[in-house]
Amino acid sequence: MVIDCKHVWNYISEYLDGTLPEETRDTVQKHLDHCEICSAILDSTRNVIILTADDRVFELPVGFSERLHARIDLEFMRIEP
Amino acid sequence: MKVPQTLNRTESEIIAAVLAGEIQLYHDLIRPYERSVYVMALSYMKNEADAEDVAQEAFVRAFLKLSSFRAESKFSTWLISITINEARTRLRRQALVRMEPLDQLPDEDKGISPALLRDWREIPSEAVEREEVRVLIQRAVEQLPEIYRQVFLLRDVEELTIIETAEALNISIPSVKVRLHRARMMLQKQLAPQLRTVNRTSKRRWLPWS
Repeated sequence: MVIDCKHVWNYISEYLDGTLPEETRDTVQKHLDHCEICSAILDSTRNVIILTADDRVFELPVGFSERLHARIDLEFMRIEP
Repeated sequence: MKVPQTLNRTESEIIAAVLAGEIQLYHDLIRPYERSVYVMALSYMKNEADAEDVAQEAFVRAFLKLSSFRAESKFSTWLISITINEARTRLRRQALVRMEPLDQLPDEDKGISPALLRDWREIPSEAVEREEVRVLIQRAVEQLPEIYRQVFLLRDVEELTIIETAEALNISIPSVKVRLHRARMMLQKQLAPQLRTVNRTSKRRWLPWS
């Protein structure tokens, strides 16, 4: 089976997660092997996900933890003074 | 030195102990989830101060209603749903943004077209050490429609499984997959061209002869 680019785009997320049925995966793979545009879309999507998931992107503010646990202690004191 | 009372205790044992009166253990119970609660709060509130407020409130609320926690769900996903509720309540109260209805699916019938590229040169993880890159990524995530943003953050940033994500958001597994796909494609569309440009300018800056 041959599929066009637009169909391949629908499968990119599941392709990356490895959750496509084998047959679909093979069809997508065949398309990717010769289509530089879809390969670039796949690579860039994977790259974007990895960068976004990097721990350094969403960092806890300095002192977050200390303030949180102080707040919780305050709440404890309210229950058991 | 404080004796690690939580050593060798499972999460459900710690929860039981907190409920039985060892409330100090609550500190240890929540430590692994500080970041995921904060990140979820930030994606709603869009500024650090409000996000921290919401995160604190969510942890306090979770403590106060801990007895209603049912062991069949995971503590982490339970915390996340409390956080989302807290953020939504706060936004409604502040009327800062008009709430998007939960079942809204923008462009439901249409697939999302990615940014078309002819080739992609890998951008290394070190790129996120630069503030401009972090800001680009944070903005792109914040701009995702709520239902996509939630799924993306839980699945790709906090690395929950598809099942855990479905549970935390109280949606079906196929919905998680569809929303995750759309979120990823929207991010690719937005970020791939921007990151490529930023990456290119930075190279020029570092290697003036290239």
